[in-house]
Amino acid sequence: MVEFALPRNSRIVEGKTWPKPEGAKNLREYRIYRWSPDDDENPRVDTYFVDLDDCGPMVLDALLWIKNKVDPTLTLRRSCREGICGSCSMNIDGGNTLACTKGMDEISGPVRVYPLPHMPVVKDLVPDLTDFYAQHAAIEPWLKTVSPEPAKEWLQSHEDRQKLDGLYECILCACCSTACPSYWWNSERFLGPAVLLQAYRWLVDSRDEATGERLDNLEDPFRLYRCHTIMNCTQTCPKGLNPAKAIAETKKLLVERRV
Amino acid sequence: MQTPLARVRGLGTAREGTGHFWLQRLTAVANVPLMLFLIGLLVALNGADYMTVRGALGNPFVALMLVLAFLSVLNHMRLGMQVIIEDYVHADGARIALIMLNVFFAASVGVAAIYALVKLALGG
Repeated sequence: MVEFALPRNSRIVEGKTWPKPEGAKNLREYRIYRWSPDDDENPRVDTYFVDLDDCGPMVLDALLWIKNKVDPTLTLRRSCREGICGSCSMNIDGGNTLACTKGMDEISGPVRVYPLPHMPVVKDLVPDLTDFYAQHAAIEPWLKTVSPEPAKEWLQSHEDRQKLDGLYECILCACCSTACPSYWWNSERFLGPAVLLQAYRWLVDSRDEATGERLDNLEDPFRLYRCHTIMNCTQTCPKGLNPAKAIAETKKLLVERRV
Repeated sequence: MQTPLARVRGLGTAREGTGHFWLQRLTAVANVPLMLFLIGLLVALNGADYMTVRGALGNPFVALMLVLAFLSVLNHMRLGMQVIIEDYVHADGARIALIMLNVFFAASVGVAAIYALVKLALGG
């Protein structure tokens, strides 16, 4: 059966409250999930206080401020700090998003920060995305052609290029897949919204010659049809994309080729 | 020991699922008029005595609409229940057993409903 409760050794306990920075007038409370594989402790939620007069406006700024000035053991992924690399995806204030594009002023009360839900945790805010990336590889996300290569490039009309808008922007941050209950329950068989959006990006690419094979590789009660249009993916996407629509369009293509 | 890609590819695709998806939509569309008819019939027969009900069910149009409603609703129920089982029950043995029971249950309810209808509509 699906596990609705966390196993005993994964239950979250109250952690440490770190001292407030001295002399700071403008404080913001952060409550952050902590877990280390190096001890046998349960995960805990530590409380930190960030000096807003000394820190940038985004949640990522605050996390890095904490790491630099309070607790260097706080572990997280980040790279571009401008919403294009997808590294700092995490659960902030109850929703999956990118720490670098989430403003602290969008959140009321203490800022609660957890890793992406329902993934194995490597440490603190870092989830293990190995299988997520393998699922992306499994849909073979590259142009597949049989026709002889043109001398210069595969041409595409402006109209056909526009069909990729709303798809190519996906940065594979995994916010949508880890917000999806179907992915929580069946992530070993369901591809999840992010990977299915990527799959659709190649299905509608006018230059690709493997549409039928791609559909064959999706047509499965688990790989594709675990999607029950719950729409958490579309609601949470920090890039404003619509994976649920991409999945619905994929189902339409599958119906179209048989009805 | 498997690589992540081998684990994710697993046994490959079943090359089906679209039939299930399509039949669920088809029965959903069919359920709209059939359920409206069923509700209308129940309202019309509210408080009626046994002979009046038998007379109404003896009307071929009413009887055939009811048979269609049974088939459509029970198939829709079977498909929906199967999805729920597949979502939540992960142990292979239990999942297959429940999917079988689900089919048996829908078939039993359908056969019983049609038998009851025939008996009421035609029986002496």
